[in-house]
Amino acid sequence: MEKPAAQIDYNNKVISIRGLKKSFEDYAVLRGIDLDLYQGENLVVLGRSGTGKSVLIKIISGLLKPDAGTVEVLGCELEKVTDIELQDLRVRIGFSFQNSALYDSMTVRQNLEFPLVRNRKNLTRKEIDTSVESVLDAVGLLHTINQMPSELSGGQRKRIGIARTLILNPEVMLYDEPTAGLDPITCIEINELINKVQQQFKTSSIIITHDLTCAKETGDRIAMLLDGQFQRTGTFEEVFDTNDKRVKPFFDYNFIQ
Amino acid sequence: MDTVNSTDPVVLKRGAKQRKRLSDFFISLYNINKFVFRFFKEAFLPPFEFKEIMRQCYEVGVRSFTLISLTGFIVGVIFTKQSRPSLLQFGASSWLPSLVSIAIMRALAPLVTALIAAGKVGSSIGAELGSMRVTEQIDAMEVSGTKPFKFLVCTRVLATTLTIPILATYTGFIALLGGFLNVYVNEGTSYTTFIEQVFDPLTFVDFIASLAKAIVFGFTIGIVGCYQGYNASRGTEGVGKAANGAVVTAMFLIFVEEIVIVQIAGWFR
Repeated sequence: MEKPAAQIDYNNKVISIRGLKKSFEDYAVLRGIDLDLYQGENLVVLGRSGTGKSVLIKIISGLLKPDAGTVEVLGCELEKVTDIELQDLRVRIGFSFQNSALYDSMTVRQNLEFPLVRNRKNLTRKEIDTSVESVLDAVGLLHTINQMPSELSGGQRKRIGIARTLILNPEVMLYDEPTAGLDPITCIEINELINKVQQQFKTSSIIITHDLTCAKETGDRIAMLLDGQFQRTGTFEEVFDTNDKRVKPFFDYNFIQ
Repeated sequence: MDTVNSTDPVVLKRGAKQRKRLSDFFISLYNINKFVFRFFKEAFLPPFEFKEIMRQCYEVGVRSFTLISLTGFIVGVIFTKQSRPSLLQFGASSWLPSLVSIAIMRALAPLVTALIAAGKVGSSIGAELGSMRVTEQIDAMEVSGTKPFKFLVCTRVLATTLTIPILATYTGFIALLGGFLNVYVNEGTSYTTFIEQVFDPLTFVDFIASLAKAIVFGFTIGIVGCYQGYNASRGTEGVGKAANGAVVTAMFLIFVEEIVIVQIAGWFR
């Protein structure tokens, strides 16, 4: 599938990270990360397991605090925001978790209503129902509205997880391993959905993955995370066109073919 | 004579381990205090999750109702049965209803209810929140701009604090019913006589102390279960540890609180 052309505004940075460092006990995971995400862009962060990709987006969403460096998201510097400002900022950021993280004691409808009714006060019942149904329709799962998460397949859970973030109309989407553990056909569907979200909801996204197909199909730009730093950044072809022994094995071109 | 060499690496290693344990203990003490303080800070500020509080009250009540009914009744029957021979020796079997009521209303009802609730409700809260933590459901609530602490912790702690006193009162009456049946079968004591003798020795302080105990126990069960679950470490092992920790810690604290409240109530009698 050919990725639809994105409308990227290179004069408008939605996320700007400088000198980001994060360690867990003695192990330095991120060792000075610099990163910019532009308006309307899909940026794929590629890397092997355990290289700190998920840590990076957890820092961006304020779930983890960095040891050093600055993180600016939608004009707010995370180190300086108050708890209330952080809560307001989070409404503008959508986070799709690796394991979907659906609330398993709630139905699909309740999962989607949960963030909506708590962040958008004074909505009528009809407005809530319309919002829920429209995002479910956008991810193609309107028929699952009254089902429990345990009744859904892995791919459906991923889609509902994405729908739950879309219901708040986020400006930035953070996808943590969106295709992990899914069959190839479902992976293609998820990749298409990520591109559809970019087009339809005008979001800027960071996609964390080690799936090269996902990177190629969804990314406008790829950043290769190795040894706690971005080793190469550019289009898929630019990043791949290297003799770097640390990068080359990861991009086994024949595997892609 | 054997001497302990402070430069011995084994001793040094052991010393470092003990220091770490001690520091871990104080860190966890600090974290628990912070958790309790956060509860009081958030529980009484809007927005309030009334619907969820009512749902949790229902859950707490339903989860323990059958077991509490059965245990309360059996406690009443057995306590009466075991006490009779001793009172008969002194020709004081007519004091049996008074003795049973004092024992049940002052001590057994809140304690038995709390211990059962710690096992049924505390473990369930610990496991549920622990599971939500390890499957990133709590993180998902946090990043969607909602307040998971308020929705998950405050509602559950308020529910246990409100429901355990009701259950304790119910247990007291069920245990008295068990006691009455035993007295009625063995001595033919009438219902009205039994009731008179049951309430005669009880004072206002007894009811207040019993209620205070049940409230404190309910709060303890809720807060310990939530603390264990909310701070569960990664993986399924963490869920098991949270459930187990919720029961063990709550039971230990319930006994300590029982001693303290009995002591305090004694000053007012």
